[in-house]
Amino acid sequence: GEAMSIQTYNGAAIIAMSGQECVAIASDLRFGVQNQTLACDHKKVYRMHDRLYMGLSGLATDAQTLYKRFVFKHNLYRLREERDMRPQTFASMVSATLYEKRFGPYFVEPVIAGLDPEEGHAPFIAGMDSLGAMETAKDFMCAGTNSESLLGVCETFYRPGLGPEELFEVISQCMLSGVDRDALAGWGAVVYVISKDQCIARTLKGRMD
Amino acid sequence: MGESSYSFSLTTFSPSGKLVQIEYALNAVSSGSTSIGIKAKNGVVIATEKKLPALIDETSVKKMHNLTDNIGMVYSGMGPDSRVLLRKGRKSAMNYGLYYKDPIPVAELAHRLASVMQDYTQSGGVRPFGVSLLIAGCDERGPQLYQVDPSGSYWAWKASAIGKNFVNAKTDLEKRYNEEMELEDAIHTALFTLKKGFEGEMNEKNIEVGIVDDKSRKFKVLSQAEILDYLNEMEF
Repeated sequence: GEAMSIQTYNGAAIIAMSGQECVAIASDLRFGVQNQTLACDHKKVYRMHDRLYMGLSGLATDAQTLYKRFVFKHNLYRLREERDMRPQTFASMVSATLYEKRFGPYFVEPVIAGLDPEEGHAPFIAGMDSLGAMETAKDFMCAGTNSESLLGVCETFYRPGLGPEELFEVISQCMLSGVDRDALAGWGAVVYVISKDQCIARTLKGRMD
Repeated sequence: MGESSYSFSLTTFSPSGKLVQIEYALNAVSSGSTSIGIKAKNGVVIATEKKLPALIDETSVKKMHNLTDNIGMVYSGMGPDSRVLLRKGRKSAMNYGLYYKDPIPVAELAHRLASVMQDYTQSGGVRPFGVSLLIAGCDERGPQLYQVDPSGSYWAWKASAIGKNFVNAKTDLEKRYNEEMELEDAIHTALFTLKKGFEGEMNEKNIEVGIVDDKSRKFKVLSQAEILDYLNEMEF
């Protein structure tokens, strides 16, 4: 095959968006090795607890390993502190974990979305690079092999203060349009809409190419 | 009985199941000056005797310190040992804050200090710490008071006393304590109880008092002027 770039070996698309007392996070479902598609049910968004989800784009093996490590860390935290982690606490922990490997990093770009139990379940969205440099946002965060396209559609369609149903519509349209220009991401998508009392997961039917 | 023959090695149990070095460490604590802690509905107060030889510059001596903005500690026993725990406690709290960007819960900090003290009861070439600590703080779970002993065991208390006069002080606290106490009442009670076992005249120069209230969540050691105000409020 062609020269391998580690960040584009598997392919991914991840968007997180914040709304009125809710957040949404979505990922594509393709799993592939360079230009061969091997599965169309490979989610890249993981649940840490009822009000905290994390998307991991980049090298699939690193994403899997990191997810397991974070479950491990969060479980220990919950046993020690008898409470779930706040989203910002979790994000700081992810950042520290990635930076520990500064000179031999995990090839992932995390996106974190959740509701903060201490600030009246206020929405929280953050993203970082593979070394743990973190940024929070009030509106949306994107990651993946074609993150520029995702940022473009989000910038166009996003409005602040959307309710759960509207937020679902907006993030879904952004995801489906965004992956159309990405050869390595797509083949369907999954969307999680997280509110104070429930989290609804929906699968989107998209172009299977 | 045959206890003393087992006191040479920290890491050897005596026939009765004790680690004699820990017992002796507790003796070191009980010969130190008295410290008292009381948890109120809206805060925590800790207080200690600060009896110093006449020519010591008392402004340079501090027995009570902040571990974090919202958690403080006082000790009874060997001062130098307490300094080691203070440093380790502060660093541990800072590490937690650096990793999680969240202030360390009081319970977690007490647990960490207790774990350090336990380490020194099961390692080679070291001796236990000759201090008990009273840790006072306020966090999301409310006001909390922890006592940590040389063995590494730690308990959350509503009120406790350590040091020379701890038996009588605890009896006194049991009588005076009630669940509805507010911080101001607790401060007065702590001072009363401290005075009861105090040899000689108790004044603002020979005690130290620290408080943390649930609203501001800032632990502070009271100044001599503030202590004097409280002492004047009480009829002695």
